[in-house]
Amino acid sequence: MIMPGRWRNLAVGAIISASALAISACSQGSDTPEDGKEAAAEILNVSYDPTRELYEEINPKFVAHWKQQTGQDLRINMSHGGAGKQARAVIDGLDADVVTLALAYDIDEIAAKTNALSEGWQKRLPKNSAPYTSTIVFLVRDGNPKGVKDWDDLVRPGVAVITPNPKTSGGARWNFLAAWAYARKKFGSEAAAEDFVGKLYANVPVLDSGARGATTTFAERGIGDVLLAWENEAFLARKELGEDKFEIVVPSISILAEPPVTVLDGNAKRHDTEAVSEAYLKYLYTAEAQDIIGKNFYRPTGEAAKKKYASTFPAVNLVTVDGDFGGWQAAQKRFFNDGGVFDRIFAEAKK
Amino acid sequence: MTIRSTHTTASIGLTVVALAFLGIFVALPLVTVFVEALSKGIAPYFSALVDPDAVSAIKLTLTVAAIAVPLNIVFGIAAAWAIAKFDFPGKSILITFIDLPFSVSPVVAGLVYMLLFGMQGWFGPWLREHDFQIIFAVPGIVLATVFVTFPFVARELIPLMQEQGRDDEEAALSLGASGFQTFLRVTLPNIRWGLLYGVLLCNARAMGEFGAVSVVSGHLRGLTNTMPLHVEILYNEYNFVAAFAVASLLALLALVTLVLKSILEWRLGYAHRSAGH
Repeated sequence: MIMPGRWRNLAVGAIISASALAISACSQGSDTPEDGKEAAAEILNVSYDPTRELYEEINPKFVAHWKQQTGQDLRINMSHGGAGKQARAVIDGLDADVVTLALAYDIDEIAAKTNALSEGWQKRLPKNSAPYTSTIVFLVRDGNPKGVKDWDDLVRPGVAVITPNPKTSGGARWNFLAAWAYARKKFGSEAAAEDFVGKLYANVPVLDSGARGATTTFAERGIGDVLLAWENEAFLARKELGEDKFEIVVPSISILAEPPVTVLDGNAKRHDTEAVSEAYLKYLYTAEAQDIIGKNFYRPTGEAAKKKYASTFPAVNLVTVDGDFGGWQAAQKRFFNDGGVFDRIFAEAKK
Repeated sequence: MTIRSTHTTASIGLTVVALAFLGIFVALPLVTVFVEALSKGIAPYFSALVDPDAVSAIKLTLTVAAIAVPLNIVFGIAAAWAIAKFDFPGKSILITFIDLPFSVSPVVAGLVYMLLFGMQGWFGPWLREHDFQIIFAVPGIVLATVFVTFPFVARELIPLMQEQGRDDEEAALSLGASGFQTFLRVTLPNIRWGLLYGVLLCNARAMGEFGAVSVVSGHLRGLTNTMPLHVEILYNEYNFVAAFAVASLLALLALVTLVLKSILEWRLGYAHRSAGH
């Protein structure tokens, strides 16, 4: 019954060393965030899902640029996810200096629910605060086995469509509106458009929470016949996973997507990073950044890069959210808020 | 004779089914992790592991486990001792609370902390005013991990301590030992294998937790990504070799845990038997 002494010592020793480990880890943990140099600045860019590769390339360029301009070292931290989810995290306290999200509504939400920025934010930077634009295209498997040419083909029985959830993903909301715009033009009424989009969502087997999740579902896990994707995401998937595996189909109508960027003044002021945050976003409009933007398959807005990458991007008949849906506030309220058109359609589609 | 032979057939059949099931659902995926991780050779595998973001994810995971596990050792022993050795009103409520993290989805656990410490939550604005960051920072990740791993140590110790009763402790006390002496020299040696077993499971879960941590992490590369979160990010960036390389570390952890667990189970059985004599 009575244990030999060495066992007892072992048990006691184990607990003491575990606690010591914890204490040393605690003290280690507390000085890791400050291991940079004292004068170094740090900013956090909270972005949406597909911009990972874009900012991975732009950030080091801007860090060098900033160092050259001011002599200050800079570290840019990134967080990526579905745009709606990311906006929610910022509202819940994710301490972003700048946000670069998929659509204006999500930044409007941040403005409404926090005191980090003012309502007129979208006027502060050129081109509606969107340094790059994109649109929605179809990605299909090599040889286009289901013969998908336009939006009509997505509602045919037996065609499985992959698109993320508009509740959490910005790209998914652009997808939804593009489909709606097509159907409204073709069938001439809102009711017909709702019927059409309902049939489309009945063909969706998986709703991921962000654009990148949807792409991996389609491309890596091999589910579905068509992926409704950001144009940049479709190009990137071909580049990363094989040009011979997928084809891009450009529909007859799509939507002009303007992913906006802005400084969250409240947070930046608290961090004393207002100047660097603003310079960072303005840098996105420079020729150097615009070239990287084009290279990463976003549509540049600067003239030189526009010309250089003109052959990459097919001409598409683009509707706009302001022109065709009365702006994001109205579109969000009507289609995507709780009890809106998407909820109704999706409840129908699941029956 | 007949009875014995049917018995053997049934047991062989059951063993085959169990092994096949294990092979398909456990061994095969585990092998896949290593095959994928090494699909481009040894060099990309190791370069994925020394990538600064991977290193910081590994460090963070170790840090979180090194804080959460000792905390749970202390809480677990205290709770188990209180429950097993004393009678008090509300005892069954306490047991229920200890089990709560097992029955609550980890996502809910994460959201609870969001509601408490997020900017829209109870304490968020006050914390920000005083420049404390809990959610979307390491403290939030530690809290979420402590929550989901809470029952492991306590749950392991309660039945063990109840079975052992309080005779030994009472004897020690009546012979003049102090409370602390009794704990150190009587209780602790009696529970050591059970404790180590609980610690092992607690550690495995602390390092592997995804759901609760994902909610409160904010996914800042190099800052608040634990290993499981880093695996997801790498996978989403089409960086499959790196994703599986980091995943293989977690798989190795699982294998080590498994071996240690078997050893401990054997020792624990031994301890139970000798306690019975």
